Order: sequence, then structure tokens, then C-alpha cells
Amino acid sequence: MTLHELFAGLEATPVGTAIRESTWLFPTIETVHVFAITLVLGSIAIVDLRLLNLASRNRSITELTREVLPWTWAAFILAALSGGLLFTSSAVKYTQNMPFKAKMLLMLVAGANMLVFQFGTYRSVSGWDRGTTPTGARLAGALSLALWFTVMSLGRWIGFTT
Amino acid sequence: MIQTFCEWLSNTPASMAIQNAFWVIPTVQTVHIASIAVVMSSILMVDLRLLGVAGRGQSLDAVVGRYVPWVWVAVIVLLFSGIVLIVGEPGRELLSDVFWLKMMLLVCALLLTLGIQRSMRGGGGFWERRRVVAALVALVSLAVWTAILAAGRWIAYVEHG
Repeated sequence: MTLHELFAGLEATPVGTAIRESTWLFPTIETVHVFAITLVLGSIAIVDLRLLNLASRNRSITELTREVLPWTWAAFILAALSGGLLFTSSAVKYTQNMPFKAKMLLMLVAGANMLVFQFGTYRSVSGWDRGTTPTGARLAGALSLALWFTVMSLGRWIGFTT
Repeated sequence: MIQTFCEWLSNTPASMAIQNAFWVIPTVQTVHIASIAVVMSSILMVDLRLLGVAGRGQSLDAVVGRYVPWVWVAVIVLLFSGIVLIVGEPGRELLSDVFWLKMMLLVCALLLTLGIQRSMRGGGGFWERRRVVAALVALVSLAVWTAILAAGRWIAYVEHG
């Protein structure tokens, strides 16, 4: 089975068909998606701004991430599920859409940035938890902020190019 | 009368310029959504602290002081980006019932946020003594801001005049 057949098959599922043909399902799921992505983007920004020493400078980084990141993950799961449902409604069209493809690619890059930070710079966090962050952390924060903002922008452009 | 105003506005040079540049609306919408991200996440952190669910490591007035100023900055950006969107497509917003519902909810949300901010003047003690009221205020705040976001998205889908 080719990828094209897979996406065509996904579109033809009862779920894909229902979302595509209903007048209210797509906007409803899209509203959930927008709700979720605003929380993903905003909560990641709270952590990124701390890594950049631009906000919450008086807070311990481990404490801040413990109170913010569980909500980021919850919102991310909601965004992925709702996004997946939107995708099934026109899978073939989305996989041929340039902003969509760029968005998926940049999410992978954002994930890689997070992993590199988590298993690299972050291992020495006890040394700078309450203080000024090292260059590696500032770089990860700046990249994360730029990447997630771009991901959100590309998401908005999908709606104007399909 | 609003109809006439929309027709006039859509024929102004500013509106024509926006209509003729395909990238303006999506770009301004992107700025608008990024600002909503700032509002929603800041409000979430304040409301979770009011609920006693997250951020207990900090006093309530410290949490409000950390996040609420960002709400006001973002609201100003939302106001200006929103105005550009209205100038570009006046009928889409001004003739839409969902848009006016959103504006009414926005007034409620802004007053509520202002109220929470001003209640911090004596420190957060006011709320620590009223945990149930604090939880209710937090839930109402989350519900109203979420309704504003939802109404904003539905402007694009509900038929207007």
C-alpha cells in the first residue's frame, strides 16, 4: 500500500467522512484545536522566557517546569488528537499542502531541540536552577520559542492554502 | 446603519489595501492567535493557583503579579490586530452576532481579571480565606475566556447579515 492509498483510505473512514461532510464537526474540533494550541504555545513560552532569563527570573527552573509542563503536555495531547481528527477529514489534501508539511517537519525539529536540551544542558540544572541560565539553555529557549511560533503560523496558513 | 458603515469602511483605502494584499489577514490572524496564547496561558496559571491546583510554591499575589500584566499587554495587541481584521473585512465581524457575543464576553472577562488584580492590594489573603469562592471565580474565568476563544473561531463559520 502506498502512502497515497493510506491517506485516501483514512479519508474514506467513517470518521474522516463524517468530519468532512458535517457542517459543525470541523469547526467544533478546530475550536478545540485552537484552544489546545494556545495553551501549548503560551505555556512553552513561560518556560522559554525563563530559560532566556527574560521572565520568572526569581523562580527555580525545576519548580517552574514542574508546575507548567504537565499542562503543556495535556494541551499537546489534546492538540494532537484534535489535529489528527481534522487531518483525517482531508488527509490527501493536507499531505500535499506545503504549510502542512513544513509544520510537521518543524514540530519534529522542536521535539529534537527539546530532547537535546533535556539530555544535554539540562543535566547540569542544579548548578543554575535559581540563577542565570547558561548559553545552551538560552539557545534552547530561543529556538523553542521561534519554532513553536512558526508552527502555529504555518497552521494558520494551512487554512488559507487548501 | 451598521450595514452602511461596513460598506463605507470596506471602500476606504485602508480596507482596499488589506483586501488586495492576500497575506495581511493570515499574518494578522497569526499575531492575534499568538496574543491569545499569551492571554490563555497567563489566565490558566492564575486560575490554577486560585483553584489551588498548581503553583502552590508561590503566593497568589506573586502569581497574579507575574502573569496578569502579560494579559494587559496581549489584550492591547489583540485590540489593534482585531481592528486591522475588522477594517479588512468589516461585514464579517460587525454584522456577525457571534462577534458581538464575543465582545460582551470580553467585557466580562476584562472586568473579572481587573477585579482579581485589584483584590491583590491587601495581598492574596482575601482569597485564601474564601477558597470556595476563589475556585468558583477561577472556573468562571476559564469558562469565559474559553468562550471568547470559541466565539472568535466561530465568527468564520456562522452566517452573517
